[in-house]
Amino acid sequence: MSYIGIIITYVFIQNFILVQFMGLCPFIGVSRNSESAIGMGMAVTFVTAVASVVCYAVYTYLLVPFDLAYLETISFILVIAALVQMVEMVIRKMSPSLYKALGIFLPLITTNCAVLGIAIINIDEGYNMLESFFSGLAAGLGFTLAIILMSNIREKLETTPVRKAFTGVPIAFISAGLMALAFMGFDSSLLTNLHLV
Amino acid sequence: MAHIKELTKGIFKENPTFIIMLGMCPTLGVTTQVFNAFGMGASVLFVLLGSNIFISALRKIIPDSIRIPAYIVVIASFVTIVEMVLHAFVPAVFNALGVYLPLIVVNCIILGRAEAFANKNTVLDSALDAVGMGIGFTLALTLIAAIREIFGSGTITLFNLSETQRLVITIPGLSESPVRVLTLAAGALLVMGYLKAFFTWRGERRTAKGGAR
Repeated sequence: MSYIGIIITYVFIQNFILVQFMGLCPFIGVSRNSESAIGMGMAVTFVTAVASVVCYAVYTYLLVPFDLAYLETISFILVIAALVQMVEMVIRKMSPSLYKALGIFLPLITTNCAVLGIAIINIDEGYNMLESFFSGLAAGLGFTLAIILMSNIREKLETTPVRKAFTGVPIAFISAGLMALAFMGFDSSLLTNLHLV
Repeated sequence: MAHIKELTKGIFKENPTFIIMLGMCPTLGVTTQVFNAFGMGASVLFVLLGSNIFISALRKIIPDSIRIPAYIVVIASFVTIVEMVLHAFVPAVFNALGVYLPLIVVNCIILGRAEAFANKNTVLDSALDAVGMGIGFTLALTLIAAIREIFGSGTITLFNLSETQRLVITIPGLSESPVRVLTLAAGALLVMGYLKAFFTWRGERRTAKGGAR
């Protein structure tokens, strides 16, 4: 599959939140206003892209040669946790303003399913290093797209009369469900029609 | 008798899925069939029990500053055990759960219970808490899966190991013209939204009753 095909697949067809349900906790928790949604989306995109490459390298050059592929899960989560910590330290040193914007979201990312999810999917799909990078980037962009759309909907919902039992999380889930219905319009025939397979 | 409370609170009053809203990804990802919900519930129950006992036993040894990485290593080890056991003995369940099986590591319920309960309480209480939470999670998953499967495909899959070893109840009427959208991604989010609203409404009604008394 071409790189553009991978990007379209993970941004639209296999959107991480709306189709695969990965990263739902921050999606519901952080989508109350669009500023924090953009911050969370950027932080997740950065970490998924870097983690995809690093996990691919760990799997291919460390686990496979030593016949330790069964340690995939445990080594990936440790790599991701260390990576998030390192990214946090680097950003704090290099760019205090960016740290101010992303800082509070970074610790949450370790337990975001999307990061571990894309690392495992890359291995299952047999992507090479560059393809892993693009799928990680696209997964993050898909997450960002969904969380920004959601935050705009929720800002509107604040001023809309909603039944008491539905306020907050339930109506957010139902809005997400309706958005997922719209995303069903993107299916894999899109790739065939665009001659990307 | 005080110990029994630790067991029962996870099932209804502090149900991890509907009340505390933790561990959403596997909840929605695997609940297309009732049997998958059992598989996921059992896996989470085992990991939760193992990690809670282990972390509670080690709570005086693990230094406070590195407790989160230590918990993650403990949890990931138990998830690896579950993965290997399922792969070897019930490959059908292993394939059905797919990528959501390793994702149990980042299931907030497990890390949440380790952080909120197991590192402060005795081994027995932690084990009971884990069993209660695990049963609560399994029941919640089964409920969502039952709604999605009954209305979405008109069947209830109680057992499905291979083409020959399966037990599927077919509901006449619904299986010919099911509400197909419920088995798709959008249906999961809609069902979850309506169920959460139902539980909020029930909780509010109960507190209103309690206040009047």
